[in-house]
Amino acid sequence: MKIGKQFRGGLINDNPVLVQLLGMCSTLAITTTLFNGIGMGISVMIILTCSNVVISALRKVIPEKIRIAAFVVVIAGFVTMVDLLLQAFLPDLSQSLGVFIPLIVVNCIILGRAEAFSSRNGIGASFVDGIAQGIGYTVVLVIISIIRELLGSGTFGSGILGPGGVGIRIIPEENTALLIVLPFGGFITLGCLIAFMQWYFNRKKAASKDEVASK
Amino acid sequence: MSLTSIISIALGAILVENFILVKFLGICPFIGVSKKMDTALGMGLAVIFVMGVSSIVCWLVNEYLLVTLKLEFMQTVAYILIIAALVQFVEMFLQKMLPSLYQALGIYLPLITTNCAVLGVVLLNTQYNYSFIESVVYGITGGMGFTLAILLFASIRERLAATADYPKAFEGFPIALVTAGLLSLAFMGFSGLKIW
Repeated sequence: MKIGKQFRGGLINDNPVLVQLLGMCSTLAITTTLFNGIGMGISVMIILTCSNVVISALRKVIPEKIRIAAFVVVIAGFVTMVDLLLQAFLPDLSQSLGVFIPLIVVNCIILGRAEAFSSRNGIGASFVDGIAQGIGYTVVLVIISIIRELLGSGTFGSGILGPGGVGIRIIPEENTALLIVLPFGGFITLGCLIAFMQWYFNRKKAASKDEVASK
Repeated sequence: MSLTSIISIALGAILVENFILVKFLGICPFIGVSKKMDTALGMGLAVIFVMGVSSIVCWLVNEYLLVTLKLEFMQTVAYILIIAALVQFVEMFLQKMLPSLYQALGIYLPLITTNCAVLGVVLLNTQYNYSFIESVVYGITGGMGFTLAILLFASIRERLAATADYPKAFEGFPIALVTAGLLSLAFMGFSGLKIW
C-alpha cells in the first residue's frame, strides 16, 4: 500500500482543511491558543482513526440506504468516549473547547472520510488514512493557532509552556492585536492560509507546464 | 422567566452572538450555499425549521427520556439521531412540495444533518439549562441569525463576483473567508447591545 502517498495526501495535496475545505467550524473557532489547537487536533485524529477502522470493518454489513445514519452513530459513539475521557483527565482542555468537542460528531472531515474512503477500502488502509488526515488537520490547526496566539495575545504555547502555564511572551502586551483572537482574525487567517495554498498549487502547475513545454 | 429574558435570548441569538459570525457554527453551508440569494434564502428557512423543531424534540427527549433514565452521557448520540431523522423528513417534504427548491439546495439539504449550528443549538440548550420555551426561542432565533448572516453574505458575494478585482490566489474560498471576516467585524458592533 502506498503509505507515503497517503501521508503526503493528508498533509499537502489532499489536506482536509486547506484543500478539501472540510471541518471549517472547529478550525476557526478553537484556534485561539496552541494548547487548544493541539488538543482538538489529537482528539479528531483519534476519533477519525477509530471510526475509520470500525466503519471499514463494517462496510459489508451496513446497508447502502442507511449508511450515513450508521456512520454517524459510530462516530457519535467515539466522540462521546473522547468527551468523557477529556472531562475526566484534562478538564481544562475540555472547558476551553466546550461545545466543540461534542460537535466533532458533525465535523465534515470524519463523515467525509467515512463516505469517501473507509467505506470503500480495507481496514489497514483506512487506519493509515485516519492517521494521515488527522495529522494534516492537526498541523493546520497548530499553524493557525500559533499565528493567532502570537499576533493576538503575543504569547507562544499558553496553557502548556512557561511559568504557571501562561506561555512564553514574545510580543509585549501593549503591542498585541486582540482582534486576531476574535472571530474576525480566524476568518482572515484561514483565508490567507488557503490563498497561500492556492498560490503554491498554481505556481507548481505553471512550473510543470513549462517543463512539458520545454521538452 | 419573563418577556425580557425571552427578548434578550432572541437578540443574543440573532445579533450579539450570531451563530455563524460570532460562534462559528455552521460555516460549511454558510460558504457552500451562499453564491445566490434565492438558494441562500431557501437554506436559511430550512435551517430555521430544522433548528426550531429539533430544539423542541431534543428538549423533550432530554427531559423525559435521558434525564429520567440517567442516560445523560448519551445526549450527543440521541441528538444527532433526532436531527438526522428530522432532516430526512424535511427532505421528503421538500421533494414532494417544493421540487424547485429541493433541486437548488441539492447536496446541502442532507448536509443540514452535519450542520454544526443545528447540533450546536440543542447542545447549548442543554448546557445553558434552558427551559422549554427558552429552548424553542433560542432554536428559532438562532436559525434566524443564521438566515440573516447567510443572506447578507450572499448579497455581498453576488456583487463581489460581478465587480471585484482581487489576486488570483484569493479566488473562490479565500476571498469568501475574508469577506466573512469583515462581516463578522461588523457584527462585533452589536456586542454592546443589551436591554436590561
